[in-house]
Amino acid sequence: MQLLEDGVPLVPPAGQTYRLRLYVAGQTPKSVLAFRNLKQICEEHLHGHYEIEIIDLLQNPQLAQGDQILAIPTLVRRLPEPIKKIIGDLSNTERVLVGLDLRMGQ
Amino acid sequence: MERPTSNATLPPRRSRGPELPKTSTGIRGLDEITRGGLPQGRPTLVCGGPGSGKTLLALTFLVNGAIQFDEPGVLMTFEENDQEIASDVASLGFDLPELVAAHKLAVDYVRVERSEIEETGEYDLEGLFVRLDHAIRSVGAKRVVLDTIESLFAGLKNDSILRSELRRLFRWLKEQGVTAVITGERGDGLLTRQGLEEYVSDAVILLDHRVHDQVSTRRLRVVKYRGSYHGTNEYPFLISADGISVLPVSSMALQHEAPLERVSSGIARLDEMLSGKGFYRGSTILVSGTAGTGKTSLAAHFLDAACRRGERCLCFLFEESPQQLLRNMRSIGIDLEPWVGAGLLRFHADRPSRYGLETHLVTMYETVAAFKPTVTVIDPVTNLMTVGTYADVQAMLTRMIDHLKTENITAMLTSLMPGQIDIERTETAISSLMDTWMVLANDPVDGRHRRGLYVLKSRGMAHSNELREFVLTDQGLTMRDAVSDPRGTPDVPNTLWEGRDQHAVA
Repeated sequence: MQLLEDGVPLVPPAGQTYRLRLYVAGQTPKSVLAFRNLKQICEEHLHGHYEIEIIDLLQNPQLAQGDQILAIPTLVRRLPEPIKKIIGDLSNTERVLVGLDLRMGQ
Repeated sequence: MERPTSNATLPPRRSRGPELPKTSTGIRGLDEITRGGLPQGRPTLVCGGPGSGKTLLALTFLVNGAIQFDEPGVLMTFEENDQEIASDVASLGFDLPELVAAHKLAVDYVRVERSEIEETGEYDLEGLFVRLDHAIRSVGAKRVVLDTIESLFAGLKNDSILRSELRRLFRWLKEQGVTAVITGERGDGLLTRQGLEEYVSDAVILLDHRVHDQVSTRRLRVVKYRGSYHGTNEYPFLISADGISVLPVSSMALQHEAPLERVSSGIARLDEMLSGKGFYRGSTILVSGTAGTGKTSLAAHFLDAACRRGERCLCFLFEESPQQLLRNMRSIGIDLEPWVGAGLLRFHADRPSRYGLETHLVTMYETVAAFKPTVTVIDPVTNLMTVGTYADVQAMLTRMIDHLKTENITAMLTSLMPGQIDIERTETAISSLMDTWMVLANDPVDGRHRRGLYVLKSRGMAHSNELREFVLTDQGLTMRDAVSDPRGTPDVPNTLWEGRDQHAVA
């Protein structure tokens, strides 16, 4: 990952644990890809400061309403607040970092 | 597994085939226009501008399903949350929280805020499907409303994903076998902003809300209904405290019964002029004349006689209040008050300018439906004409009269003419709809006004063509013997004689 090469400063997680939720609906290729991308980004930028919870809506459909889930996959940053949502397979690392407030958007 | 959608790909049924199964909306009038309701197990698009009543129509469909037809429903709302929706429809008497508590309704508020969502890479809307599926299962829903799904276009950036997902959603809804109503905002040159009509093509209903001369009118049109006949006109519809009702245009064909039974005008000598027996039951009678000729008095006699026979009478007043009318009629010896007390006579007074013609029409229609009269008086019908154009008035009266005839209600309409000169010409707007037309005249002769009456036409009977003088006494309207017209021979066409034994044909 050559993400930091452009010199945009990384916003530090300030010692806080990132609590992330990835909503999927069954093991679809998009979901698997999203999880793989997420894992990689977290390892690289939040090493040791994150928890990922995966929610399969096919098993727990009632959970979709609470977080206003519409698109699959959806990544929800529950902590730190405010809640953030990133939809899609997370293949654009840059946008994921922006979405998680780990990098300033332009 | 065979999909229930397979029907949709078959060529349309020929007219001989049975009609598609339908789901009753429980909305009066709409079920008539659509010959039974919305296509069962398919989505229907309801579109219209802001405030046109889309959401109310959709919710009425759901609530009626849950309450009247034992068909639970799901409301997926994209614009207003549960509380907002519930309070919107509370005024119609719908208690959404109660229906939710009774598991007859599930409500899911889908909120999408573009600014809160980052999009990266491929996604689909499976979450929406999961939620809808969950809601449907939770109550065993047979009906689904999506209001207004187009909001998603404002919340999500990727239009092409959205469009393919919507297509998939509507297909999926069909597979679930639920009868769905999708609302959509009217767009420029399109039925809906996002062209939803492209995806939901089984049935499309268009709502319209116009303001003309500061009077608002709502109309409904079935633009499309695949595999079914439907009325194609614009129908007025009304949102009142009793909910939504749509007014079907008159029966599509002239098929009223033509009863032979006769009813008295309440004035023996007038009955004599009408081949001795009075009007035909279910016929429509026009009484026209200039101001102060005694039109309302004639109508009062008619009402009084009907009440004496024990008939229920409904009287629409567009000029006087009921109290004024009661007082004035008492002065000529007709006391209608006891009939009001006995529940046989009801007045419905309204200012013509209060609403548009269509609303008047719907109101009259509903009042008739609620009171179930056998005799109706509209006094004066001409005041309604100030509310709309000539063509509108004619269309409205045609519908009203048609409806009254269908219900076999004898109707007397009074018509106030501005001057005497052109009486017979100025009323072409309505006279052709009338079975009997009586003209009251007021002529100054020998230093006093003499009142005269003649029957200009009366279909299906040999009526008198004499001009008769009458006086208004404290004993009511009293006819005198035939007089010769002070202006000369009255020009009463004899061609309307249609033979003694024929009965009135509409």
